[in-house]
Amino acid sequence: MSADLGWWGVPLAILAGTLRGSAPFLFVSLGECLTEKSGKINLGLEGSLLMGAMSAYAISYLTGSPWTGVIVAGIAGMALGGIHGWLAQQPRVNDVAVGIAMIIFGSGLAFFLGKPFIQPVAPQLPSIAFGSWSSSPQLESALRVSPLFILGVLIAPLMQWFFRSTRWGLLVRAVGDSPDAARAMGISIFKVRLLSIMVGSALAGVGGAFLSLYYPGSWTERISSGQGLMAVALVIFARWNPMQCLYASLLFGGAQAIGPALQSVGVDAYYYLFNASPYILTLLIMIITCSPKRTLTGVPGALGQTQE
Amino acid sequence: MTISWRSQLEKVCIPIGALLVSLIIFGVFCAFAGANPFGVYHSIYRAAFGTWGSFQNTLIRAAPLMLSSLCTLLPARLGLVIIGNEGAIVIGGVAAVAAGLTLADFGLPTLMIQLGMALAGMLIGGLWIGAVGALRHYRAVNETISSLLLNYIAIALMNHLVNGPMRDPSSLNKPSSFPIPDVHMLGNLPGTRVHYGLLYGIIACAIAYFLIQRTTFGFAARTAGGNIRAARLAGLPVGKLTMAICFLAGSCAGLAGMVEVAAVHGRANESLNANYGYGGVLVAFIARQNPLAASLVSLLLGGILASGGILQRSHNLPDATVLVFQGIVFLVVLFSDSLYGKLAIFQARSVSLPPAAPAATSV
Repeated sequence: MSADLGWWGVPLAILAGTLRGSAPFLFVSLGECLTEKSGKINLGLEGSLLMGAMSAYAISYLTGSPWTGVIVAGIAGMALGGIHGWLAQQPRVNDVAVGIAMIIFGSGLAFFLGKPFIQPVAPQLPSIAFGSWSSSPQLESALRVSPLFILGVLIAPLMQWFFRSTRWGLLVRAVGDSPDAARAMGISIFKVRLLSIMVGSALAGVGGAFLSLYYPGSWTERISSGQGLMAVALVIFARWNPMQCLYASLLFGGAQAIGPALQSVGVDAYYYLFNASPYILTLLIMIITCSPKRTLTGVPGALGQTQE
Repeated sequence: MTISWRSQLEKVCIPIGALLVSLIIFGVFCAFAGANPFGVYHSIYRAAFGTWGSFQNTLIRAAPLMLSSLCTLLPARLGLVIIGNEGAIVIGGVAAVAAGLTLADFGLPTLMIQLGMALAGMLIGGLWIGAVGALRHYRAVNETISSLLLNYIAIALMNHLVNGPMRDPSSLNKPSSFPIPDVHMLGNLPGTRVHYGLLYGIIACAIAYFLIQRTTFGFAARTAGGNIRAARLAGLPVGKLTMAICFLAGSCAGLAGMVEVAAVHGRANESLNANYGYGGVLVAFIARQNPLAASLVSLLLGGILASGGILQRSHNLPDATVLVFQGIVFLVVLFSDSLYGKLAIFQARSVSLPPAAPAATSV
């Protein structure tokens, strides 16, 4: 494809990869951001992502409507989030452990129920061609953007506004920052956290729908490359700020596209290591920005505390 | 002494009850999937523990789980949640293969080569998780996240090595390293198909138990896990403890990688990444971070893993059924943690508690 473009194909392939590959990162990181703002960690978004990918594909195949698939993916994610939200708030239960359990359970359920849908071809989501003005077919295909990605880009500022300017956003932040104060205000911490976790998990489910219905656009057991697990790291990187989640997701989507882009021009010596660049990048950023002397700016006060 | 036996009973009954409840939930799930739950139970039992032949399969799977569970279990006593088992297994396995191939080139005797492989796996695995501990202590990097990221980095590193520098050109479909010569492979326990890795696992669990419960080092670690500020005030070297425990934890997982390579696969390839890491996390949590319980839970989980094939063959259930079952067990066991001290049967009867003690509450 990019052979006739030569080395110009590399930035173009990275641009295309960013537009295609950052949407799952965006949805899971926004979901995790909402979850963590309420004071709980959900490591199990990988399970929600896989469940979302499977149910979206299956429903799209069975009904012929990919958008129904997206909605069902959100509902499936919400159901898994409900389990996590309820269980992680029981006394003496560690939310990280519940997250790992939810990864195993969610992915198991997705592979179990999704077994019959590996072969059939489901209708895919449409794309918007922003590059139709261009005569270059490479540029044209690079600028095809999924409406689901645009939806994700719109959710980021919306969530920012939600946290900053709405009463409900304030409730979520209060529960996450100082549960005691929230309890004194008469807020049900349990309900706020449960709802935040469920909505966050639903977003991860929609992210999964993007995987199976747009790019790569099929349902297999290896469809996720760990985007759901990365969510937690992304949110730390983005300092619990929805807009920065958007920038972080674009960066990670781009980083993920480096390996394949270089491979397309014949550089495949470090293919696997370039594929791991999002993880290496996150680790480096965490090493640089964390410090034992102070807590990170933006971290919700009650994050990671287990109820006794 | 009624308190003591009641709480002992609670410690036994709640996990067993949790397993029973998860069996029931799993049975309902199977019934919805169109399989006879009792037939499924029977098959799992037969495939896991029914005959000596099938029990050996269970033991083979339990060996890496025991070693891998220690990678989560030991740091948990310090209050750290480390889930980097998978990465330490993979990187330990790669290191073991590299050491084995190098030493075999020198023509050393088999015992030396196996020792070299074990040491290489333990050293590299230990450094891998030790780095997580160091980052935690010196840079306050969250250990769960960094160990999770290191899993992916380890797998990428292995893929890079077996597709490049370490690649055996004759491995076409599944890029692998050069194989370890058969004579240097880890043998089986006499009269069985079970390799010596099982012995490593049992010994490691026993040492871990002794280390944590019966030594000053273990006591220091438990103190730091209980209250880090108090440990610092008492003059305990928290940083050194963290790194020592993390190194030991990683070396156990690295040894699991060595066992997988030297006894099962014979070479490093993507089969190393067989989810024994996340299985180990599961074992550690079900065993409530007790090394002796971990060896028993590993047997149980090894049995569940061993039954994957038969569920597919005789009940027409997909292989992911085992994963669903694991997930259900894990969730129910975690929930059962919240029941300690809540069930009236296990509470000591308050026989002679004086009702008026307002002075104590007002402090």
